[in-house]
Amino acid sequence: MGRKRDPLDERPKSGPGRKTKKQKPPTFAGTKFEETEDGKKKLSHRQKDRLKKRLLKKETKQQAGQKRKAKAVKEDGQSSKNKKPKLLFDSDDGEDDSPDLSSAEEEEVAEEEPGTDEAEEEEEEEDMEIEKASKALIKEQEENENMAKAELMLNIQSQEKFVLPSGQEIEKEANLPPDLAILDNRIAHIRHVLADFNSRREPGRSRQEYNNQLIKDLCARFTYNEYLMTKLLDLFPVEIMDFLEANEYPRPVTIRTNTLKTRRRDLGPVLIDRGINVEPMARWSSVGLTVFDTKVPLGATPEYLAGHYMLQGGASFLPVMALAPQEKERVLDMCAAPGGKSSYIAALMKNTGLLWSNDANRERCKAVVSNLHRLGVINSVITNYDGRALPKVFHSFDRVLLDAPCSGTGVISKDEAVKISKDEKDILRCSHLQKELLLAAIDCCNANSKTGGFVVYSTCSVLVEENEWVIDFALKKRNVKLVPCGLDFGKEGFVNFQQHRFHPSLKLTRRFYPHSHNLDGFFVAKLKKFSNKIPGAESKEEKTKETEETEKQENESIKGDNAEAGDSKVDEKQVTQSANRQTKFSNGQQKKSDFNGQRKKFVGQKKKFIGQKKKGKFHKK
Amino acid sequence: MRPLTQEETNTFFDKLSKYIGENIKLLIDRQDGTYCFRLHKDRVYYMSEEQLKIGSSAAGECLVSIGSCFGKFTKSGKFHLHITALDYLAPYAKHKVWLKSSAEQQFLYGHHIMKSGLGRITESTEQYQGVIVYNMNDLPLGFGVAAKSTLACRNCDPMTIVVFHQADTGQYIREEDTLT
Repeated sequence: MGRKRDPLDERPKSGPGRKTKKQKPPTFAGTKFEETEDGKKKLSHRQKDRLKKRLLKKETKQQAGQKRKAKAVKEDGQSSKNKKPKLLFDSDDGEDDSPDLSSAEEEEVAEEEPGTDEAEEEEEEEDMEIEKASKALIKEQEENENMAKAELMLNIQSQEKFVLPSGQEIEKEANLPPDLAILDNRIAHIRHVLADFNSRREPGRSRQEYNNQLIKDLCARFTYNEYLMTKLLDLFPVEIMDFLEANEYPRPVTIRTNTLKTRRRDLGPVLIDRGINVEPMARWSSVGLTVFDTKVPLGATPEYLAGHYMLQGGASFLPVMALAPQEKERVLDMCAAPGGKSSYIAALMKNTGLLWSNDANRERCKAVVSNLHRLGVINSVITNYDGRALPKVFHSFDRVLLDAPCSGTGVISKDEAVKISKDEKDILRCSHLQKELLLAAIDCCNANSKTGGFVVYSTCSVLVEENEWVIDFALKKRNVKLVPCGLDFGKEGFVNFQQHRFHPSLKLTRRFYPHSHNLDGFFVAKLKKFSNKIPGAESKEEKTKETEETEKQENESIKGDNAEAGDSKVDEKQVTQSANRQTKFSNGQQKKSDFNGQRKKFVGQKKKFIGQKKKGKFHKK
Repeated sequence: MRPLTQEETNTFFDKLSKYIGENIKLLIDRQDGTYCFRLHKDRVYYMSEEQLKIGSSAAGECLVSIGSCFGKFTKSGKFHLHITALDYLAPYAKHKVWLKSSAEQQFLYGHHIMKSGLGRITESTEQYQGVIVYNMNDLPLGFGVAAKSTLACRNCDPMTIVVFHQADTGQYIREEDTLT
């Protein structure tokens, strides 16, 4: 359909057509086709004006600046050449701008440059004025700051360098809230002096005085108690500031993929879809993910509830990796709550064999049950014993993990209360409990196991009393030796520390610090049990002496032990039960037999027997 | 810890069969070892032979849990399945319900499932049949009882309850204390 062309219509075509009239030929932004006949760009009206001005200026300057320029070239011909290209980018680096370079000279040099766009340069020059002003301002500010700093240093030096604060000054300071700037400076200064004491010290002042002031200042600055600060300072004489500052910030949040239910490469994308920004943790872990930020609560996603991952600090992977449980083994986790390490062990065992998770605290046992069920661990036995009583219950495990209760000096960033709540008694009490638990752990382990016979001891404390000392004690008391942890990073344990001289093999243990590894402070030691015999158990004389010793120790720390271990009612029952049994042997003497009952739980069967005999002896007396 | 009595076994298996039907026998006759049910403090645990052997050396009052807990007997002698049994129910489930992602969170907070949140449902599910609840990614979320049969589900209004809530994985957090 449509109109037919009239064949008789001879009219010529009227033009290029309707569309072409509307549509102009294409133009391209950025290219200009309009050119004058000579091929030069047309100048706009304003550009022409500016050109005129510039020419005028040039003439006047050429007259005035001729002489000066000649001088400058003579004086430093090379340097001015060097400056030429610099000037173009001058605005970037303010410091280079030497103040003696006058504005006139600058312009000249710029104008001599051939082939630069004149119009642009004009604008740049205008900018320069503003920039110069701002540079001057910045410089002034910097000077002010420097002066203020210098003044502060002067103040402090006058106070501190040669006169450590007197008693009055300290009193005055104690009443005022601590001034962090002054404290920081004083700390830095004292550390500077202590670094090279002989040459930098103020005559007549002892190292002790400097040390005391340093400890006081550090305590005030970071709110620690003096005992703990002294301990830390002994431990980190050089890195103390790094350590303390690392404790002020939390460690990165990490999660562990539960390999029983999913894989890391599957879990990652799912979490990212939920708005949780994760990335694989570190080279040494194949299951860890670091969480950078999250829009949803990490502990309430459907994946968490389905047991695909566990919220767990990076450091707590380490003891399990050191333990390296194999499939179809019997493994004991002595202090399991809340079940993070236990579930990792189960995952490594692929749900085969047997995992015995024990915790002394009944309430915390519930968390273990919940977590192990959520993570799909089916090979578990969860009990609520005092760890020291376990060797009597069952004692042929292939591997034992003891993550001992500790003072928590490695996880100050998690729990600030540690800073002020721990004193010497607490530490020694912890240490004593740890020794008992470690002996119990070793007794639980079966040295004749084909694949195992390993005990891993770990704490989240950095103190030597709770780590190397405990291991050294166990090395003396049981047939165990240290073996490499299988962790290729971390720092070696101490062999010599202050008055302590430990077994040389203690360098096989590993320490982890917040400031150097960005993990919680942690200690890991792996022991291999080579004989089930308890050394010295044969000679009665030694035993009786030892029991007397332990009794004495317990006399001092018995109350604390109960509090520390969080003994449940059940354990108390046990204690009283065993105590009652004891009373048969020692008529009356309730208190003493109570201690004996306590001891009985962790000392071996044979020892108990001897202890009872000894009781008899007491009676005869 | 003791084996279940005949009566207890009957109640327990009755309950279990509502969810996994005759697949119960797969739980008992396993290729990879001998597994058994044991009663400990009114709770039914499912464990392997080795676990039973070693676990029984622990004193009764100190044993908190062994193997997987399936649920507990109430004082009146009925059996309640716990969420901890989900790992065994989900793979053998006869009847399933899939939730839309919008209703997922509601169910995890312990609410019943409305018609509006229902994504899919197994054909020929009858009324009061035990069903396992999944989200659309086939992640098991819990279980419940069908309030309406599949047919009745088709033509009811969006706000009617189609599945009664019994247990959901949110209970791991909400009811940590009562799980054991």
